[in-house]
Amino acid sequence: MRTVTTLLAASALLLGAGAAVADDHDRIEIDGVVLTLRAPAPAYLENMDEVMSGWLFRSEETQALQLDDFDNPAFVFLDQAMDDWSRVEGSEGKSCASCHEDLSGFAGLKTVLPRVVDGGLQTMEDIINAERVNRMGAEPLKYDSAAMNRMVALIGLQSRGMPMNVAVDGDAAPFWEQGRELYYTRVGQLDMACANCHEDNYGNMIRADRLSQGQINGFPVYRLKNAKLNSVHGRFKGCMKNIRATPYKPGSEEFKALELYVASRGNGLSVETPSVRN
Amino acid sequence: MKHTGVMLAVVAFASAATAAEIAPQDVVFEGGAVAGSLTGVPGDPASGRKIFLNRKKGNCLACHANADLADQPFHGEVGPPLDGVADRLSEAEIRGILVNSKMTFEDTIMPAFYRDEGFNRPLEKFKGKTILTAQEVEDVVAYLLTLGE
Repeated sequence: MRTVTTLLAASALLLGAGAAVADDHDRIEIDGVVLTLRAPAPAYLENMDEVMSGWLFRSEETQALQLDDFDNPAFVFLDQAMDDWSRVEGSEGKSCASCHEDLSGFAGLKTVLPRVVDGGLQTMEDIINAERVNRMGAEPLKYDSAAMNRMVALIGLQSRGMPMNVAVDGDAAPFWEQGRELYYTRVGQLDMACANCHEDNYGNMIRADRLSQGQINGFPVYRLKNAKLNSVHGRFKGCMKNIRATPYKPGSEEFKALELYVASRGNGLSVETPSVRN
Repeated sequence: MKHTGVMLAVVAFASAATAAEIAPQDVVFEGGAVAGSLTGVPGDPASGRKIFLNRKKGNCLACHANADLADQPFHGEVGPPLDGVADRLSEAEIRGILVNSKMTFEDTIMPAFYRDEGFNRPLEKFKGKTILTAQEVEDVVAYLLTLGE
């Protein structure tokens, strides 16, 4: 399991005591899987040349927690999700495992979500709940709940190391445009858009925190700040409240569109689920 | 009876102070600058220094480094350092940037600290409110004017 490369050890030294953007490497290895931390920005990102994993913006101590699954606190929750996976629920007497022989069959699924299905955006949460309701006869899980976030993380983990590759054109185009509009729209009493921090100021310190590009390829993310798995929509909500804006609801059409757009800004980066951040 | 008289005098004084205050929508800009005091009451630099630091008030240090607060950890890097700002900007320019920085820098990330309308989806509890009061703006102006070389 412990597969920290010498390359990484060397760069960790260079990072020194404080947080710093690690300019000197573009890959890490976790459990034998190589993760790409930098990629050329997709052509539709007009104001950036390179997309960068949030891992690069964190302190050496925080970075280290993600490099070994034994150290990564998210895996406590993934163990719980494994129990959920084989627990029978609902009127049909089934668990997830009744139909899905092997979790590894989900390799690649996270890389293409959200995607358009039947004219609407479908997220991992939507897929999980549709399966629960339609096949198991079970209650849907609350969007952005502990049980939902850990199952999203467990299925996301099956894609770890694979490049994010959400569709932005075709029938996804109008949703992507909506998400792009939200990304650049100033909101709240502080009157800021996502882009003000995560496009114009990534790498800069905002008090004790170093601003990242706001990539979501590592979500759900274990945050040291609240010691739990955090969903994409939960993080969007937190950001909006920070700038004193009324958040959209987790699972809303707005947040799904924003999720698609932000995911597309990370196309080319590896799935890092479950990542560790501060 | 005497007590009531004192109370009335205090209330009268408070209303007079409010009347002299310029409402956010009545602030007059010349370019990005605001020449006159928002309150007519001189700013208190010591109070301004506290507001500069306070995360629920100015929270200026979140984005601007400031050598006068070298004892505080984690100075921001989003805006320019404010060392010597009093030598670079006039009082009116500083006040204008605090009231609404977008009148000086069109696309800035910096919030407007004395504006109470025109926001998109503000949280209910901040609706119709400014980030700082008029006097708090004057206090921060007074503090920043102490940051000369």
